[in-house]
Amino acid sequence: MKVLWFHLMPYQELPDDFKQKHNSVWVDIDPKLFDPVKGHTLYNEYIDELVYADKAGFDGICVNEHHSNGYGLMPSPNLIASTLARETKNAAVCVMGNSVALYNPPLRVAEEMAMLDCISGGRLIAGFPVGTPMDTCYAYGQNPSNLRERYYEGIDFVMKAWHADKPFSYNGRYNQQRYVNCWPRPIQKPNPPVWIPGGGSVETWDLCARNSFVYANLSYFGHQASRTSIAGFWNAMKERKKEPNPFQSAFLQFVGVAESRKEAIDLYRESAEYFYHRCLHTDPSYANPPGYTTEATIRQRVGSQVLQAAEASRRKVRQDTSDIFDAGHVVVGSPDEVAEKLRTVCKDMNVGHLMLLLHYGNMSAQLCRYNTDLFAKKVLPQIRDLFENEWEDKWWPTGMPAANQAAPRMQMGAAAE
Amino acid sequence: MSPREYFVDTPAGRTRVWEKGRGKTVGYFAGVGGLPKWTPFLDKLSETRRVVAPSLPGFPGGASSEPLDSMLDWVLAVGDVFDAASLDGSDLIGASIGGALAAEVTAIWPGAVRKLVLIAPFGLFDDKEPVADIFAQQPSNPTGILTTKPDALRDFFAVPQGRDPGDWEIQALRANVASAAILWPLGDTRVARRLPRITAETLLVWGDSDKVIPPSYAKKFAAGIAGKTKVQTIKGAGHMAEFDQPNAVAKAVSAFLG
Repeated sequence: MKVLWFHLMPYQELPDDFKQKHNSVWVDIDPKLFDPVKGHTLYNEYIDELVYADKAGFDGICVNEHHSNGYGLMPSPNLIASTLARETKNAAVCVMGNSVALYNPPLRVAEEMAMLDCISGGRLIAGFPVGTPMDTCYAYGQNPSNLRERYYEGIDFVMKAWHADKPFSYNGRYNQQRYVNCWPRPIQKPNPPVWIPGGGSVETWDLCARNSFVYANLSYFGHQASRTSIAGFWNAMKERKKEPNPFQSAFLQFVGVAESRKEAIDLYRESAEYFYHRCLHTDPSYANPPGYTTEATIRQRVGSQVLQAAEASRRKVRQDTSDIFDAGHVVVGSPDEVAEKLRTVCKDMNVGHLMLLLHYGNMSAQLCRYNTDLFAKKVLPQIRDLFENEWEDKWWPTGMPAANQAAPRMQMGAAAE
Repeated sequence: MSPREYFVDTPAGRTRVWEKGRGKTVGYFAGVGGLPKWTPFLDKLSETRRVVAPSLPGFPGGASSEPLDSMLDWVLAVGDVFDAASLDGSDLIGASIGGALAAEVTAIWPGAVRKLVLIAPFGLFDDKEPVADIFAQQPSNPTGILTTKPDALRDFFAVPQGRDPGDWEIQALRANVASAAILWPLGDTRVARRLPRITAETLLVWGDSDKVIPPSYAKKFAAGIAGKTKVQTIKGAGHMAEFDQPNAVAKAVSAFLG
């Protein structure tokens, strides 16, 4: 199994009465709450944490894309990934989002990801989320009536741009371009592995099954919430008679490790409450613009993950906080307990890529480091072997030989330092 | 009070037409949500004239709006519906989104519409008094902003007995998707550029309690339209003025159309 260390990069100083005095963490969050000097500290701290995860031995490090959002400070994940590509040597650099429908032309996405693949020496995982309604339709003003079609066309555009061996014309419904010529080219051939972050929409299962993309279920409500969506994906695979290779899936889990479960709850409660009670304080008005959730999905009554999250968030704020831990939104415990739980959950769901949030909410750098260290030393060795002998991970970056890799400051270092 | 129902063919597909009454013909393009049911306003109007309400693409009874991308696609498709319902040369009423499209038809095909009635039409946007976001509404009360009679409007949009709730929900979704296709994100269809092409005599009807488009927009439309205009404000009415005050709106419309 591959284990990835994921950062959301939350803003840390949302006020205690945020829930009472503010409408939403997303879309219309008060710009006055953002202190750029604090931003300077946070960005540098968070980049350090991602670099640290690489050194600690995690297989991948993940960034993602959000807009006008108080819990995600990465409108451009590529900027962060760029510095990670240079500062790290081993971990896959997993960019869990460029929402291709937001970029005109989508060539920009193909180019920047090709740059990242070159800078990192072929360590890029290319994530293409459709993007939440808040990010795409509200913060970026995209029309929900054609967002998904634009998204599918954007992926098609990027893949063609990566694969083409000469400049070509693209005449799509939404994109027309006389000269498409992605320069630079990605190292990984024919393209970096493509992962699709998804909630519970039927179309995303189908997209992944059809194109051999990884289906990555990103829920903030843990393995319990992911179970249905992951099962839906495997059903879609079965219907298409595709093999159930666990490495074609991924899921996201919040985790807090300590010496015991009680100690873990004591240690991580504040950060978890900050995340679930402030960061997920969203306005459900923004959750379901017409057309975002498709007819097929409505017919399946699966509903929007985001809508569910928004509603669940509202419910949760009225509930006792122990639910965060009891319901498995955050898996907490001793290293052995956490390893046992994650092993069982990944095996049950047949998921070969585990994405971890070991930092959440207003967690301090010190606690984040403790959580990361303990996980790397005592949990990682207990779960790594899962699926590795039975299945081949065909969705992991191929990289390039270490001997050929350039190092930062290799040429100019002596003169500069 | 049911209308007669029949279907006409348009290049976009089969289109439902509801018709009731005798006398001079008046067409009706419905607003948000389309016409899932016949309404007291149209019924009142049909007492004195022949009311013809064809369904626009995406709205209940209409062809699919999926192939329509640009405003040109929309205007041509709506023009096709107008022709297929044999409305050429008749009076035309357009409400809300239907009003934005009725204004386009009148502007682009001079002479096609005898007299035009626009009930709180979309199409303009003034950032000093912005049009509200009808899509970002609380899931528990998505249509409350449209009306002064929220309970009655909820009943109007509710699934009737004997109809499949899933199908009904999909029908409503399609209408909302069509609305979004035309209006997202601000409701500015750039109709301002074409208002000077409207030479038909035009009545602008606005609810005095419209929470979606401020009643002051009536004057903005009137100022842009080349033909003679009249503004009539309806007391106790919201954005869906003809739903909130069917008799008052029907009376104003009848007086104007003569």
